[in-house]
Amino acid sequence: MCARARTGVERGRAEGVSHKKKQQEFPVSLDKDQVQQIAVLARLRLADDEFAETVDKLSRIVDFVDQLSQADTTDVVPMAHPLDVAQRLRADAVTEPNERDRFQENAPSTQDGLYLVPKVIE
Amino acid sequence: MARELHQQTLTELAAGLESGDFSSVELTEALLARVADHDGALNAFITVTGEQALAAAKAADEARAAGKGGVLNGLPLVHKDIFCTRDVLTTCGSRMLENFVSPYNATVVDKLADAGAVVLGKTNMDEFAMGSSNETSYYGPVKNPWHLDYSPGGSSGGSAAAVAARLAPAATGTDTGGSIRQPAALTGTVGLKPTYGRVSRYGMIAFASSLDQAGVITRSSADAALLLGVMAGFDERDSTSIDHPVPDYTTALSQPVDGLRIGVVKQHFDAGLDEATGKAVREALAVLEANGAKLIDVDMPNIDLSVPTYYVVAPAECSSNLSRFDGVRFGHRADEPEDLFDLYCRSRGEGFGAEVKRRVMTGTYVLSAGYYDAYYLKAQQVRHLIADDFHKAFEEVDVIAGPTSPTPAFRLGDKVDDPITMYLNDIYTVGANLAGLPGVSTPCGFVDGLPVGLHLVGPHWGEEALIRCAHNYEQLTDWHFACPEDYS
Repeated sequence: MCARARTGVERGRAEGVSHKKKQQEFPVSLDKDQVQQIAVLARLRLADDEFAETVDKLSRIVDFVDQLSQADTTDVVPMAHPLDVAQRLRADAVTEPNERDRFQENAPSTQDGLYLVPKVIE
Repeated sequence: MARELHQQTLTELAAGLESGDFSSVELTEALLARVADHDGALNAFITVTGEQALAAAKAADEARAAGKGGVLNGLPLVHKDIFCTRDVLTTCGSRMLENFVSPYNATVVDKLADAGAVVLGKTNMDEFAMGSSNETSYYGPVKNPWHLDYSPGGSSGGSAAAVAARLAPAATGTDTGGSIRQPAALTGTVGLKPTYGRVSRYGMIAFASSLDQAGVITRSSADAALLLGVMAGFDERDSTSIDHPVPDYTTALSQPVDGLRIGVVKQHFDAGLDEATGKAVREALAVLEANGAKLIDVDMPNIDLSVPTYYVVAPAECSSNLSRFDGVRFGHRADEPEDLFDLYCRSRGEGFGAEVKRRVMTGTYVLSAGYYDAYYLKAQQVRHLIADDFHKAFEEVDVIAGPTSPTPAFRLGDKVDDPITMYLNDIYTVGANLAGLPGVSTPCGFVDGLPVGLHLVGPHWGEEALIRCAHNYEQLTDWHFACPEDYS
């Protein structure tokens, strides 16, 4: 259910999920407006009949993961990698051939080697 | 007299091919005929690649005749449809990729092909590997060969069902929270998930990149060892692949279980465990103990937070990974979009199923401004606590053993309406993913005619200890030989 009031670009700048409660507290359950905002952020259009069910199930999931708030994580470092290793960097070298035509065989809409999308600039 | 071809393990089939008892073409034809006979009822396959399989089998037979061929030369297997296969449909169980023909091979696919494996087809799975019952597949649920009204588990349910029903001797799978081990347990097969970074993720469609790992479903741990040796190893094309030596995993098969220290986690036998399942697992532990293994109680105080931690971290990573599906470059595209925003929203809304949308939205929420610290950061902290529980345990034990799944297979439809009940299927398996540890499930009994799995978790790079323990158990019991009646 993407609202249609503004263009996507404007929306992208302005959007965010509204804070029902103070940031420090865990919110409990989600309401329709919040789910609507999340759907916009996630670029998902939900059919009308999907929407009520999504509000219910997402709320249950959020309530379920709320139990994490009980854990004492004082001074615990958030995990960055399961094996505690640093991200490997590769040499800055050209290794991949250009296979544009091959890749574009899977594209829904192309023209002259370009991907087609609806007009974004008037 | 040798057992029929479809009843033989990979190891047995390799010996039969080598001694010329049968050809790869004969073997491949026999299995393709079984797929044609049985898959209508099981729905384990999304794509059958019969023609390519026969061509590969013929090439393998010719290579053998010329004295060439890799360690898997002429051996058939199936790939979970999450692995990209060049010029073959790769759907990931989703409408989004209904028409996606991959332009390249996953590293796992290349490595197995280079070793001579013959691919019979691509197996059904929960959509984008998000599910524990195979019911989220756009292509319909897979049926459990032990009882067609029951789920085979998920997300690698098609792979597990194909191996259990003797349609293929082995299958690839992926495991983000238990997606190899849980379906293996629920179908009476062996499922091995290696250490994070052990097997390349290149060409394996990403769900949660800090948790995903490729592995195998087989009918014995010896077969799992054989395949892992081929699949493991550093890959330049996967930035999370780790350069760690690959041992000969089959040497672990000759090591006795005597002296092995097995940790038993108190929390894994708590209230959530089905009583009869618990009994089967305890009996399995007693068998290992009677043969010289030492059982040691271990306490993992934070393990109960595994599932909520997982259901923050995994959706967060999936919401990011699945942002690539935009209706522009590949995948489903909505008809007649009004503008770019409408194109994104409708293409994704139509292309993804309900569970995938829920996880993308959960992930979007926990990463959004104002909630990041409370959920995502918190979950990554708890993840560290859980990993520390494991590392502490591994100072005293070589492997940790327990049930793979809290119950045997459940009826299709029974859990699909309640996401939390479904998520709790992963309660004993997600810990290994959160900590990047290897795990294996091997059959250890039955409850009401449905298989039960014994779950073993090892320290980082501890696959040999898992294979040693599981293989010894399989030598002492015959659960892994059990075959569903209609598929003997």
